[in-house]
Amino acid sequence: MNRADDTLAVEIWKGGTDGRLAAFEVPLRANQTVLDVVTWVQRHRDPALAYRFACRVGMCGSCAMTVNGKPRWTCRTHVAKVAVERHLTIEPLRNLPVIKDLACDMTVFFEKWQAARGRFEGRTTRHDEVVQLAPDTPARVAIDAGIECINCAVCYAACDVVAWKPDYLGPAALNRAWTLQNDTRDAGQEARLAAVAGDAGCHNCHSLQGCVAHCPKALNPTAAIAGLKRAVFRAALSGDL
Amino acid sequence: MWSSYLYVAQRLTAFVLAPLVLVHLALIVFAVQDGLSAAEILGRTRGSLGWGCFYGIFVVAAAIHAAIGMRSVAAEFLRWRGWGLEASATCFGLSLIVLGARAVAAVVL
Ligand code: SF4
Ligand code: SF4
Ligand code: FES
Repeated sequence: MNRADDTLAVEIWKGGTDGRLAAFEVPLRANQTVLDVVTWVQRHRDPALAYRFACRVGMCGSCAMTVNGKPRWTCRTHVAKVAVERHLTIEPLRNLPVIKDLACDMTVFFEKWQAARGRFEGRTTRHDEVVQLAPDTPARVAIDAGIECINCAVCYAACDVVAWKPDYLGPAALNRAWTLQNDTRDAGQEARLAAVAGDAGCHNCHSLQGCVAHCPKALNPTAAIAGLKRAVFRAALSGDL
Repeated sequence: MWSSYLYVAQRLTAFVLAPLVLVHLALIVFAVQDGLSAAEILGRTRGSLGWGCFYGIFVVAAAIHAAIGMRSVAAEFLRWRGWGLEASATCFGLSLIVLGARAVAAVVL
């Protein structure tokens, strides 16, 4: 290739599901992130390029894309770490409908959080005392292990079962459900267990840990799902499901 | 919810199958190593209530376990859903029971 040493060959998905890759040459910079590359292309080559980001520091979970075939948070992925011979392919996340270019429709992803009842259901009012949660109890430790999720959908894109069975709730929603099942203040655990025991629920997981391998926050949704499976198993045997 | 109960049934049959498979494999090795003839094997299994129960339970557990597994494979790889899937998985399980029962009857009766 007769490309200059200080450039990066970038292919970026353009269009909807039936789109195609468009090629760009982007200046290589020190400490450049994949999101920097996309932003450079939009500012200097293709103003109509659609993509999402907000915080740029790995907190908001909005910048996930498929980079050289793998789902990643692009604001905290350095080009130097992922480029192969100064080449990058940047596509939208898998398992979600593409709206345009690199922007996916996240509706289903968030609907599944609701379907898994991934929301806190309190039982007290502002007039009650604040409940203390001791940091070293096993339940609190289990919550800590899964609580740092930023809803980026990287795990959801990595999950083969979601690809095969599109109604499967997926790793992120189930991971959230597991943190709430361990929350002693939560009042919705019975209904949540029934929700994750449904036909789209936790037992669909094959425990192959694609989600674990790709989660940028180093969470372990597989372990959370295994916890849900044990809880469902116990409830089914005791007739509480 | 239905598939949660199937999940439970598959796990329970796995608990049952694990020791049975080990005994079954050990038995094969023993029979081959010892050079037992078909007649000698049949001499030990014919009329044996113990072997009848052992392989009877084996067949039922394996049929349930495999039918549930094949149902998942069909749902994932063929995108199959609904009554057709349930009916096919049930037929598959029942045919395993019939085939297995024939094999058990052949060595025990
Ligand atoms: S471990 Fe389960 S949730 Fe995670 S990627 Fe695999 S099937 Fe999906
Ligand atoms: S579990 Fe990890 S990969 Fe999945 S949405 Fe949360 S932070 Fe992203
Ligand atoms: S832009 Fe917020 S996580 Fe990447």
